[in-house]
Amino acid sequence: MDIIKIENVKYKYSKEDTKYAVDTVSLNIKKGQFTAIIGHNGSGKSTLAKLINSLLLPIEGKIYVKDMDTSDDSKLWDIRQTAGMVFQNPDNQLVATIVEEDIAFGPENQGVESSEIRKRVDDALKAVGMYEYRTRPPHMLSGGQKQRIAIAGILALNSDCIILDEPTAMLDPSGRKEVMDTLKKLNKQGKTILLITHYMDEAVEADRVVVMDKGNIKLDGTPKEVFKNLKEIKKFGLDVPQVTELAQALKEEGLNIPSDIIHIKELVDLLCQ
Amino acid sequence: MFKNLTIGQHYPVESPVHNLDPRVKIIITFIFIFSLFLIKSFTAYLVVVAFLAVAIITSKVPIKFVLKGLKPIFLIITITFIINLLMTPGKIIYEIGFIKITEEGLKQAGFMAIRLTLLIMGTSLLTLTTSPIILTDGIESLLKPFKRIGVPAHELAMMMTIALRFIPTLMEETEKIMKAQKSRGADFESGNIVNRAKNLVPLLVPLFISAFRRADDLAMAMEARCYRGGDNRTRMRQLKIHRGDYVAAFIFVIYLATIIISRIW
Amino acid sequence: MSIKAENIKYVYSEGTPFRTLALDDVNLSIEQGDFIGIIGHTGSGKSTLIQLFNGLEMSTEGKILVDDIVVGQDKKKLRNIRQMVGLVFQYPEYQLFEETVAKDVAFGPMNLKLNQEEIDKRTKEALELVGFNYDRIKDVSPFDLSGGQKRRVAIAGVLAMKPKYLILDEPTAGLDPAGRNEIFEQIKKLHKISNVTVILVSHSMEDIAKLVNKVVVLYKGKVHMQGTPKEIYAQSEELVRIGLGIPQIAELANELRKRGFNIKSDVITVDEAKEEILKEIRRRKNV
Repeated sequence: MDIIKIENVKYKYSKEDTKYAVDTVSLNIKKGQFTAIIGHNGSGKSTLAKLINSLLLPIEGKIYVKDMDTSDDSKLWDIRQTAGMVFQNPDNQLVATIVEEDIAFGPENQGVESSEIRKRVDDALKAVGMYEYRTRPPHMLSGGQKQRIAIAGILALNSDCIILDEPTAMLDPSGRKEVMDTLKKLNKQGKTILLITHYMDEAVEADRVVVMDKGNIKLDGTPKEVFKNLKEIKKFGLDVPQVTELAQALKEEGLNIPSDIIHIKELVDLLCQ
Repeated sequence: MFKNLTIGQHYPVESPVHNLDPRVKIIITFIFIFSLFLIKSFTAYLVVVAFLAVAIITSKVPIKFVLKGLKPIFLIITITFIINLLMTPGKIIYEIGFIKITEEGLKQAGFMAIRLTLLIMGTSLLTLTTSPIILTDGIESLLKPFKRIGVPAHELAMMMTIALRFIPTLMEETEKIMKAQKSRGADFESGNIVNRAKNLVPLLVPLFISAFRRADDLAMAMEARCYRGGDNRTRMRQLKIHRGDYVAAFIFVIYLATIIISRIW
Repeated sequence: MSIKAENIKYVYSEGTPFRTLALDDVNLSIEQGDFIGIIGHTGSGKSTLIQLFNGLEMSTEGKILVDDIVVGQDKKKLRNIRQMVGLVFQYPEYQLFEETVAKDVAFGPMNLKLNQEEIDKRTKEALELVGFNYDRIKDVSPFDLSGGQKRRVAIAGVLAMKPKYLILDEPTAGLDPAGRNEIFEQIKKLHKISNVTVILVSHSMEDIAKLVNKVVVLYKGKVHMQGTPKEIYAQSEELVRIGLGIPQIAELANELRKRGFNIKSDVITVDEAKEEILKEIRRRKNV
């Protein structure tokens, strides 16, 4: 089942803009899938995320979240509940002065009953491994921890789908790992993940990679299918994993190595045969 | 390093006073302040001191911390004392040159100083035993009945919460921008007032821009988390009146009655 | 001419439960013309260390010498030190405040009380050094620029002070790969043509390995390792152990070695790895 359906969507920020930030994009996301959208700054990937969450409305085309039209006002809150969103700057999305209060913010807005909120908050905290930090003030946490709190805030909304707009851009390597591990775990438990990023090593972990450039989708497929197009990807101002590059260089030297290697282990296994 | 800064002066221990419902504490504090103005005799102050002493001891807050609250207003207390001492007409008991101290003046000055001291100690105890969020909850709940006459109870509480949340962040940011500009030779410490104010521009402009950016981001994040104002909103932590609150209220009523009786006599 | 750190200890929040020993007995010497990378993860003390270098923070024990001047001994010399040691903070675009790019870049030179002619000259030079066309950019509002451009303006603002030592704290944080490459190219060019000593601070080896000639690894407030990038990579397993990222290629080389491949321990780039692997495969065929 497709949890998100994007049909020929166009969007631009102001009428005077000559170019569309998102230009005729169609994309369907299956329930339970882990999709990474990559593209350089200004490729339209963040705009697309905001369109899905109904924070922006398409100028042309339609977006459906669980068959609800994002431009249907009466469905607004159901859409935001279904597709929760985590943003880039960990400091600017936490509302409360105490971790557990912040996670409660979403369900409180939904008018959920108090004992049920308590349960959801505890479950969400445990799911992201931050339960013992529940009474801390957010400003005393590390970047990675803050992002995990933001993710827990979405879990407490009981969202089926989590959209993350460059959640690791401002984090250090250990913070990035914390966030990625959390996302992989949640995906295994059935959450649909839509991760917007410009880190290739994160995209490699996804089920599906979508490459955007100038508001369009340029490539779409499994990480293997996408990253083997080394030259094209570099043209879009992006990188490919170093192993892919090495594998292709070795192939050009006449070694019998496929061009779609994305994991270190694959190449090591091949070379050691 | 602003990172470890604590907001307000909350002293986090477990005590019967800490566990009181914030609404009960706020109301008691208000009436307590009012009661101080009923007092006409020094002996009645003994009742206040006794009440406050019981409250402080039960709260497990070291007296040192309660007295700390007096520090910033020590000057005000002193000035009030001196003005009352010198400006009240009456029977002169001491005189040098144009300075005349009267018996009434001395009494009045002492009265005012004690009143202010007790007032500050009482309100300090409220903030010492109640964390800012719980205090905010209390205020929101107490203001709710006035919503009909246009008091934006929820909005005020939300503003307070967000302010509390972002003060440490903005402090850290201030420090960072200051350092960045210092690295470019900026000087925030010397010069006359006009120059100093001018020198703040490189600090304030980036700080405001950043605050607006954060506000923008936060507004979007709140919307994404289904925030739509205070209507139909529930709370995880609900305020409930417990037995302790009745006990506190009972003790306070006895205190208040004593004060009123002392006044009538 | 050098920056020297001698037995540096730095404690913050002394006397509170939050007391932290951020730097512990750090000794370091950075020579004129060096291109140095300081790496360590958040909390390793690297941010504190670079602030000691230009006198924004003062060490609890030990001393910092910049060209043989003890930092902080004479408060009047602090501005002098800050001119010599230029510090570009993380996300420096957040310090821009003037109406035009040129005015913002001129802020540093103005504080140095230079004459107008010199100020204009330096502003122009600095903006060109970071790859702008001066006439086209000078009257633009910094707030109308893209993120990457803003960052370059901010770097120019420090360059206009004509520092002998230039410290950049995570200069590519938050940028996409294209933006990252652009900034690194510019820094490389800068080091080449202006002979300024560059100190790059990062939490990953990957970014800086190709640029620097010396790496200092900070861990828990101490200098954990130092040497050329190759020497440090030779101990890549140790880097992983202390939580620092290494490039995929180094990881691959480690794996291959474990499986009996005869491969040098210090390969960093794709090309080096390719050569090494081909060499080994030929060797095996010949046997």
